[in-house]
Amino acid sequence: MKTSYDVIIIGSGPGGLAAAIAARENGAEDVLMIERDIELGGILVQCIHNGFGLELFNEDMPGPTYAQHFIEKARDSGVETLMDTMVLEITPERMIYAINKSSGYITLSARSIVLAMGCRERTRAQIMLPGSRPAGVYTAGTAQRFVNVEGYMPGKKFIILGSGDIGMIMARRLTIEGARVERVLEILPYLSGLTRNYVQCLLDYGITLQKQRTVSRIYGNDRVEAIEAVSVDEKWNPIPGTQEVIPCDTLLLSVGLIPENELSKKAGVLLDPITNGPYVDDRFMTNVPGIFAAGNVVHVYDLVDWVTEAGYVAGKGAAQFAQAEKVEPEALIPLKAGDNIRYVVPHKLDKERLAEALVRLQMRVTTPIEERVLVTVENQRGEVIARRGEPYARPGEILTMAIKPDTYQAVQDASELTVNVRQR
Amino acid sequence: MSQTYDTIIIGAGIVGSMMARYLSQYKLDILLIEKEADVGMGTSAANSAIVHAGYDALPGTNKAITNTLAAGMWPRLSQELGIPYARCGDYVVATSDADMDVLESLLERGQINGVPDMAIINGEEMRRREPLIRPDTVGALWVPSGAIGDPFAATIAAAENAVMNGVDLKRSTAFEDFLMEGDRITGVHTNQGDFHSRWVVNAAGLYADDVMHKAGVRPEFKIRPRRGEYVILDKADFQLTNPTVIFPTPTEKGKGILLASTLHGNVIVGPNANFVDSKENTAVTRAGLQEIWSGGSTLVPGINRKHIIAEFAGLRATGNAPTPNPAIDYNQDFIIEIPEEVQGLVNLGGIESPGFTAAPALALMVIDLLKEAGEVLEEKADWNPVRVPRPVFRHLSKDEQAALVASDPAYGRIVCRCETVTEGEILAEIHAPIPADTYDAIKRRTWLGTGRCQGGFDMPRMVQILSDELGIPPEAVTKKGEGSQFLYRPTKQVEEDHLSVEALI
Amino acid sequence: MPQTSEMICVTCPKGCVMQVKHEGEHVLEVLDGCKRGEDYAICELQDPRRMVASTVRVTGGLHPLVPVYTRKAFPKPLIPQLAQKLREVEVPAPVTINQVVLQNALGTGIDIIASRDMPKSH
Repeated sequence: MKTSYDVIIIGSGPGGLAAAIAARENGAEDVLMIERDIELGGILVQCIHNGFGLELFNEDMPGPTYAQHFIEKARDSGVETLMDTMVLEITPERMIYAINKSSGYITLSARSIVLAMGCRERTRAQIMLPGSRPAGVYTAGTAQRFVNVEGYMPGKKFIILGSGDIGMIMARRLTIEGARVERVLEILPYLSGLTRNYVQCLLDYGITLQKQRTVSRIYGNDRVEAIEAVSVDEKWNPIPGTQEVIPCDTLLLSVGLIPENELSKKAGVLLDPITNGPYVDDRFMTNVPGIFAAGNVVHVYDLVDWVTEAGYVAGKGAAQFAQAEKVEPEALIPLKAGDNIRYVVPHKLDKERLAEALVRLQMRVTTPIEERVLVTVENQRGEVIARRGEPYARPGEILTMAIKPDTYQAVQDASELTVNVRQR
Repeated sequence: MSQTYDTIIIGAGIVGSMMARYLSQYKLDILLIEKEADVGMGTSAANSAIVHAGYDALPGTNKAITNTLAAGMWPRLSQELGIPYARCGDYVVATSDADMDVLESLLERGQINGVPDMAIINGEEMRRREPLIRPDTVGALWVPSGAIGDPFAATIAAAENAVMNGVDLKRSTAFEDFLMEGDRITGVHTNQGDFHSRWVVNAAGLYADDVMHKAGVRPEFKIRPRRGEYVILDKADFQLTNPTVIFPTPTEKGKGILLASTLHGNVIVGPNANFVDSKENTAVTRAGLQEIWSGGSTLVPGINRKHIIAEFAGLRATGNAPTPNPAIDYNQDFIIEIPEEVQGLVNLGGIESPGFTAAPALALMVIDLLKEAGEVLEEKADWNPVRVPRPVFRHLSKDEQAALVASDPAYGRIVCRCETVTEGEILAEIHAPIPADTYDAIKRRTWLGTGRCQGGFDMPRMVQILSDELGIPPEAVTKKGEGSQFLYRPTKQVEEDHLSVEALI
Repeated sequence: MPQTSEMICVTCPKGCVMQVKHEGEHVLEVLDGCKRGEDYAICELQDPRRMVASTVRVTGGLHPLVPVYTRKAFPKPLIPQLAQKLREVEVPAPVTINQVVLQNALGTGIDIIASRDMPKSH
């Protein structure tokens, strides 16, 4: 077995697959993808619903189809894989310690690494959900795995907390398989996921969504017997007198995702407390030279197509880093979140690289604006470098904007760039 | 058919399990019964995991006597049972002159109780030792003999060691009544049938009062469940500077909300103390979580709500028994007795904090009581006090891990990613002397599912493993015994269809 | 009798809430929508269709189910019947992507196809 590689990618979801393919396309000889499951594809394996590929292929594919497209491409391009293998540790010197049943303890070294571990779901403790602790409380993704892959229904009568996309998609999925979804509750005054999913998953199937309402108690000692729902004010405080006890046997939580960066931290990768993902530059390199990151490990995306695109950028960067004779000096300037922007990725960009290729910025807004907005990128003097109009801005949907090579001259004297979203 | 034993122990929490373990050194036929699907599922499963040094209890009380005795037993006991234990010391932190007076009296109390090497340090020294402590700290009581333990591991190991030494353990077996001949107890009636014995030890925890009332003993004794809520912080996000236990200065209301390192590497924050109506009410509450968070973040201001990965509550079996010595005015003491009203009963009642710490001492005291009552206890020549611990993958060095996987490939498959628990460890527990046959049983033994994803990743894999190893369908796999099944039916086997055209349009 | 229904357009992610004035299936006027929204409203009233994704049982496969979907958007009123039909389908492994698992579902002319390969279990 080979023990040193040009590029090693941790994770084979959409970000990892794209990074692996791009690494090969950009001249990396030995590329290895490490996957903890028994098959490639990451979370797409259980995302059997349609809606993937609209941005990249202008096609409406189910998750597994989208994944298979890239799995085949990776195989054809000569990417090696290690399946059913867990990475235990990554060092700043790019050593990787991993383990599996067939090879035992594995020590590998890489010239560059792409972190593509994706994200995990927030749990009941993270939202401090009160009540007893019976069986029957699942994250939506765990339930999705049971229903779609393992082939078992985790309950009969469901309440879903959170109007994130997975929650709404599971509401439809469970209904199609004969279960009853009593209610979807959302603590925010607006939808967390995409409007398309609200219409096609909830409205289509007659499932009620209640906003500014949450679960205030779980009942049942062995199995969930009921939940208490309550309305909340703007500060999420329960409003007395609005309680309703709803009998059910299962509570699904779709209350947010957190980039999975425990391995990254051990490798010395610094994390942005807002995104919970690494600080990255325009080619998705972290603060640790040679360690790149792609996809939901950086920040939580709304569309897989953008994850794939990020994977391509990171994979290309990793391949170039692996082949570089010496490290080129960089002309990095910070990208900052301005008016109504919660965060912007990447955190830094290289003014010189901008001459060669566009840099795609992705950001989330803080508060929704249901009217036309203007997204601007401004330098330290408030001069607009790039602008783009959008019909609206919502926290649940990522705003994307490209800084194109034709702004190369304009950014040359910029010491920082700030992104703003303002009503037009 | 009913079986006959010398001794039946009711309840396999830490107290009953330690009782069984220490009694198993004698030539006795012993039955340990537990109403839940596993040992240690009640109060033993939800407490602060502290081996108290013994400065807190009022001198002369059963609590003080057993605490001090047991604190000295734990180092050897943890070696014998192969369980984690760390004497990291604890602090009681003062922020006012009045607090400092309380520390002085704690110091005095501890010295009377026989706690070694206690000292009062000033605020500056406390901040040097733990820079994260609240900035207005004026001093602290330093107790080097304070320790942390693992109540799950301790209960399971004690019960397992008892089973290794011939004790019968019957789980899912609930005491219903005593079998009596006149005033002599001859056994117990359970939901699994009758079992006869000469002695019955009441180690029923929260239900110890109900059990003794069935024998007509101490009708005035009442256990009021007192709930304590806790949160656990992600070990990757928050650590104390050095592993320790930090208490605020105690008030009339109790020891207060503490922060403690756990042997699993996390920090625990809690508990509050509120009486509840039911002995099964271990629900966490919004108000309670706010209460403990407020207490914890006052003590150590740097903790962050975002780092909470688990929340839980446990019930203390708070009793109302006076201390046997009438000179001591205390009415919340442990009951450790052979009551006079009936023959053949041993009562262990009102075992709240420091019950986990005191459990091995309670066992020794009961053995003394039995001897005093004329029981001839003959030691077994082949008693084995040593339980060899099974490998814990995450605690091994890289070389040891490699060797373990080489010897058994099952240790090469990680089932729980956050806590790095391998399939090998899980299989070992499923096939242990006390088979772990529920999800929570695996969780308490291996620490699987306790990390930041709280089982989201391992649960489907764990259901599959339990199904395969126990030879039961996935729908029969439970979280913590009958009624707590995870799954309902195969996806495609629809019995009652709620999908209709009407709903759709 | 003309009536007005509220409809959320999902043609683009904006999700405009449109007021659709119609008489039965016949759209009279669409307020608060664009041209594409108007087309959407007409389609929704006359012949609403959806892409449907589900699973069918597979024997001897890596997993017990293989994900499937409708090759084209499927008539919405027939979805419950389709779901029921798919519970009866069982295919042997291996399954290849785009393999038809149910031909001409419910006489719609629309095939149900596998959305991935499903190799045999090893």
